[in-house]
Amino acid sequence: MKKLIIALVILFSIVFFSTVFIVDMTEQVVILQFGKPVRTIKEPGLHFKLPIPLQNAVVFDNRLLEYDVPPEEILSRDKKSLIVDNYVRWKIVDPLLFLQTVQAIPTAITRLDDIVYSELRRELGTHNMSEIITERREIIMEQVTHNSKIATSPYGIEVVDVRIKRVDLPKQNEKSIYARMEAERKRQANKFRSEGDEEKQKIHALTEKDKTIILANAYKEAQEIRGEGEAIALEIYAKAFGADPDFYEFVRTLETYKKIIDGNTTLVLPADSDLFKLLGNQ
Amino acid sequence: MSNRRVIIGDKEYQIPEKLLSLGFVPILGIAALLWLITGVYQVGPDEVGVVQRFGKVNRIVQSGLRYHFPFPIETVQTPKVTEVKRIEIGFRTVGKNQFRTVERESIMLTGDENIVDAEMIVQYKLKDPEAYLFNFVRPVLTVREASEASLRTIVGRHGIDEALTAGKLMIQEETKALLQSILDKYNTGILVVAVQLQDVSPPKVVISAFKDVASAKEDKNRLINEAEGYRNDVIPKARGEAQAMIREAEGFKEARIKRSEGDVAKFKAMLKEYKKAKSITKKRLYLEAIEEILPGINKYIIPDGEGGNLLNLLNLTGNEKGGKK
Repeated sequence: MKKLIIALVILFSIVFFSTVFIVDMTEQVVILQFGKPVRTIKEPGLHFKLPIPLQNAVVFDNRLLEYDVPPEEILSRDKKSLIVDNYVRWKIVDPLLFLQTVQAIPTAITRLDDIVYSELRRELGTHNMSEIITERREIIMEQVTHNSKIATSPYGIEVVDVRIKRVDLPKQNEKSIYARMEAERKRQANKFRSEGDEEKQKIHALTEKDKTIILANAYKEAQEIRGEGEAIALEIYAKAFGADPDFYEFVRTLETYKKIIDGNTTLVLPADSDLFKLLGNQ
Repeated sequence: MSNRRVIIGDKEYQIPEKLLSLGFVPILGIAALLWLITGVYQVGPDEVGVVQRFGKVNRIVQSGLRYHFPFPIETVQTPKVTEVKRIEIGFRTVGKNQFRTVERESIMLTGDENIVDAEMIVQYKLKDPEAYLFNFVRPVLTVREASEASLRTIVGRHGIDEALTAGKLMIQEETKALLQSILDKYNTGILVVAVQLQDVSPPKVVISAFKDVASAKEDKNRLINEAEGYRNDVIPKARGEAQAMIREAEGFKEARIKRSEGDVAKFKAMLKEYKKAKSITKKRLYLEAIEEILPGINKYIIPDGEGGNLLNLLNLTGNEKGGKK
């Protein structure tokens, strides 16, 4: 009798504990009744259900999940081959739909891979390589994310983000880029050296020009100064000598004689000149 | 006091008779006490405690000795919130001051379809512990992937010359902003503290061409400096020469004026004397001049009436000059 009671207590507690369950922050749960889904629980906390043979709980992750897509070679619109490495961030938004269509995460990832890959291939195929690697990359990614989101919604999946991690060129294209880079740099180096020569010539020419101008200006100024000196002197002379022009002429003539008559001069003087008239008379 | 042998499952326990006589109550009591004690926990100074009650976040507590209801009622996680975590992109630290480049991560295309080698450090910490713990999986991988994607996106917007020189800071800031926006979009509760571009360089295979550009730039500067040096030598010299010319002219001018003033002063003095006795002075001046002139020269005085006979005179001079030779 006592044993029966103990057995009943144990059985009862098993049944009781199978009606109570905890849903974590990171989880969401679908309740199945004889295999048929009856409700979805997204709210974390303590929840109840009918005991185990009647209802059971299937737990799904509620977090943002990660999927790293293997690098793929994709052709751009201008027929250039690109190696695109991207990743997907996704989550299970409708666990019931998810359970009914793909059951579990590995299957979901297979679907995700198919959808994202084809969307990416399609979208990149409508853009040129330069757009993909440069300014339009984000817009392309948004478009791929948007299209993938629509395509995956029947599986209860939401694609939050498809993002290109890397876009690389195949090895042979990389080589041609390196060759181009090298040529470009050589051109730049040559340009710098020629510019150096050019600047040097310019500075030399300018220097010669400036030098000539400086000297010419100085010559001009010097001549002006000399001229001023002459003018002032003339004025001074004119003013003074104008007081008695006859006397000036007389004095100045005497001065001139002194200057122009030197030891090599032979002077012929008539005896009846003013100077020697006395000589003749006596 | 005797013990009683109790067999539970395969094991045999010695339980004091006295304890057994008290029944199940104290055993359950002790078990309950031990169970309650498991709820004591410590939150470190760099941590916060996130307490979940039946899986749902109930409270977030600061550092100190804390208590939560024991499992399975409540559980706690204590993430480090002040710690700044670090991720290396394009290289890995393998020892003290030793680094290994990871070309797969560091080689990337620029906006002008060139290739650069860029290395970056991302530092981040938690700004929302609840979001960090419960919203997403694989935090380190998430930050790494988002960082790589951000850096490549931003470098793809800039040209190679920008990336190698002046644009570095801008790339850093833009990458940080983009990375933060991605992490916010994923609702990760992560704060990007810093993005530091370590080394942005041309790929190894073309680095010598890039270095040659730098030395060409130096050559250019050297040529310009040399030319400037020449100019700095020539122009001051020319200016000096110009000044010399001007000063000389100024000297000439001053001398000319002074001389004229001197001449005038002399004339005025003579004029003053002359005015006192015009005829006498004139005569005197004349004679003084003659006295000065005549002594040093050849002179012929031709008497009256013979003034017209120049032939004699010419012979005379001719002979005399000839004689001297």
